[in-house]
Amino acid sequence: MTQCTQNLKMKKEFKVIADLLPNNVRVLDVGCGDGSLMSLLTKEKNIEARGLELIEDNVKKCIYKGLSVIEGNAETELHQFPSQSFDFVILSQTLQAFYNPEKVLKDLLRIGKSVIISIPNFGYWRVRTSLLFFGKMPVTKTLPNKWYDTPNLHMCTIKDLFHFCLEKNIKIDRAIGINKNSTSEIKKSNLELKNLFSRLGIFLLS
Amino acid sequence: MSDKLENIKKLNISKPLLLDCKQTIKDFPLAYETYGKLNDSKDNAILVFHALTGDQFVSGINPITKKDGWWVTAVGPGKAIDTNKYFVICANVIGGCMGSWGPKEIDKDTNESYGLNFPVITIRDMVKAQETLLDYLGIKKLLCATGGSMGGMQLLQFCSTFPNRTFSAIPIACSTSHSAQNIALNELARQAIMADPVWNNGKYLKNNVQPKNGLAVARMVGHISYLSEKGMQEKFGRKLQEKADYEFSFNADFQVESYLRHQGFAFVERFDANSILYITRAMDYFDLGKQFKGGLVEAFKDQKTKFLVISFSSDWLYTTKENKDTVIALNASGADVSFAEIKTDKGHDSFLVNEPEFLKTLKGFIDSMHTKFKNEKRI
Repeated sequence: MTQCTQNLKMKKEFKVIADLLPNNVRVLDVGCGDGSLMSLLTKEKNIEARGLELIEDNVKKCIYKGLSVIEGNAETELHQFPSQSFDFVILSQTLQAFYNPEKVLKDLLRIGKSVIISIPNFGYWRVRTSLLFFGKMPVTKTLPNKWYDTPNLHMCTIKDLFHFCLEKNIKIDRAIGINKNSTSEIKKSNLELKNLFSRLGIFLLS
Repeated sequence: MSDKLENIKKLNISKPLLLDCKQTIKDFPLAYETYGKLNDSKDNAILVFHALTGDQFVSGINPITKKDGWWVTAVGPGKAIDTNKYFVICANVIGGCMGSWGPKEIDKDTNESYGLNFPVITIRDMVKAQETLLDYLGIKKLLCATGGSMGGMQLLQFCSTFPNRTFSAIPIACSTSHSAQNIALNELARQAIMADPVWNNGKYLKNNVQPKNGLAVARMVGHISYLSEKGMQEKFGRKLQEKADYEFSFNADFQVESYLRHQGFAFVERFDANSILYITRAMDYFDLGKQFKGGLVEAFKDQKTKFLVISFSSDWLYTTKENKDTVIALNASGADVSFAEIKTDKGHDSFLVNEPEFLKTLKGFIDSMHTKFKNEKRI
């Protein structure tokens, strides 16, 4: 994947996330990377953004940009954030990388009044055909790693997460599927279709 | 040494200061130094708090010792804290021995050095005295305040006692209270001094001497704690000091022994033994949470200051965990806090030596804060 297409992809996801957020709120970006989303939210929505990031180099990039970031592991260090201390907590494409995604998700819902989660959709048709026709673990734009070097431990589909939330009594306020350039609302009625045609799923939970 | 101290910058603080030990002091000197120029909009002032054995001479050549300032790696023209751009202030703590009011100063009542008649001071007392200096220099709000080790402890106290007096703060390798291990190491240093017969219950200055042996041992203890096990092994290993084999004596056969002896005896030339007693005591008494009913959360409440806490992975004196506890407390109070751990083998000393990743982080944060502070002032 070239840097350029990655940026475009990121922009689409971030734009959807930004659109979900009102102005002037407090946001915690868990796994904030180099702070691109935090910068966007600070500039365009006057949002007070904080980040948690594991990778040292990314932490420094955030600091140089004047963004507030804490170096740490979301798996073990979310306890440091007081309950309901943020309006929104964002977790972009990392849920599947945790040892215990359920515990992390519960912590996110404790910290934030609402939680925005995006996942690479393992139910996307390209992923399915890759396994079906080639018999190999899928490598796609949203899942760029090979089976042996992927950080993803708990891959799931949009449908999986949807059902998980229903089971655990987590309220889904919005669910949005992203395919190339289009976004669409995911509902119970169109779940099968969206699960097949969305590259990425974005959930607003509370 | 005392003659030379006459020529350094001193502020005479006439305003009475009530110390934590309930004694009130007034008309006492606070020695300080500044680097760079305060600009017209006064948005470029940075206050540095020094550590246990530091002083006000942060950068350039220390006029008393004729050696490099203690933080030349970070502060100076073109450095991470660039004195071409920023106005850097540092004061010698009270209890110190570089011109500020300390145990070797003359007690006007007895016409002798205070010695043990000097009151036991605290980190809060030190910080209150230094705030007066900011008033004197006409600085309402600092761009940044920073300090490592005891300097970081002063900084946390400063932010708590004088909320929002600084736009940003960088506590480095420190904690909100002294750990049992750190108290123990300080006690070792004090016992070494007090066991030296020359110390004479703190009255050694009458005879114009220093308890050099005890003070040197105290410094050696410190030096061991400033390095990491790995760093020390890599630097010295079992290397012998300019000899082919053991001497079968108690001379400094090993390089590490020679290093410690050198550090110990170089130190006695510039430091006062009673100052070590008083300053280490102030560190041991430091427990920021204890000052508030609501503990640390209350200590940091209503902070608008932007914090960056920095720790070093191989620091066993003020561990990453302790620094993270500070971050947790700041978070719990709703403060704006960043945290970075610098991966290094250089131990607690990392903030004083040339550690590029640390210096880059320091510079990146301060420069970005300067931009933000200017914008805030404009609005």
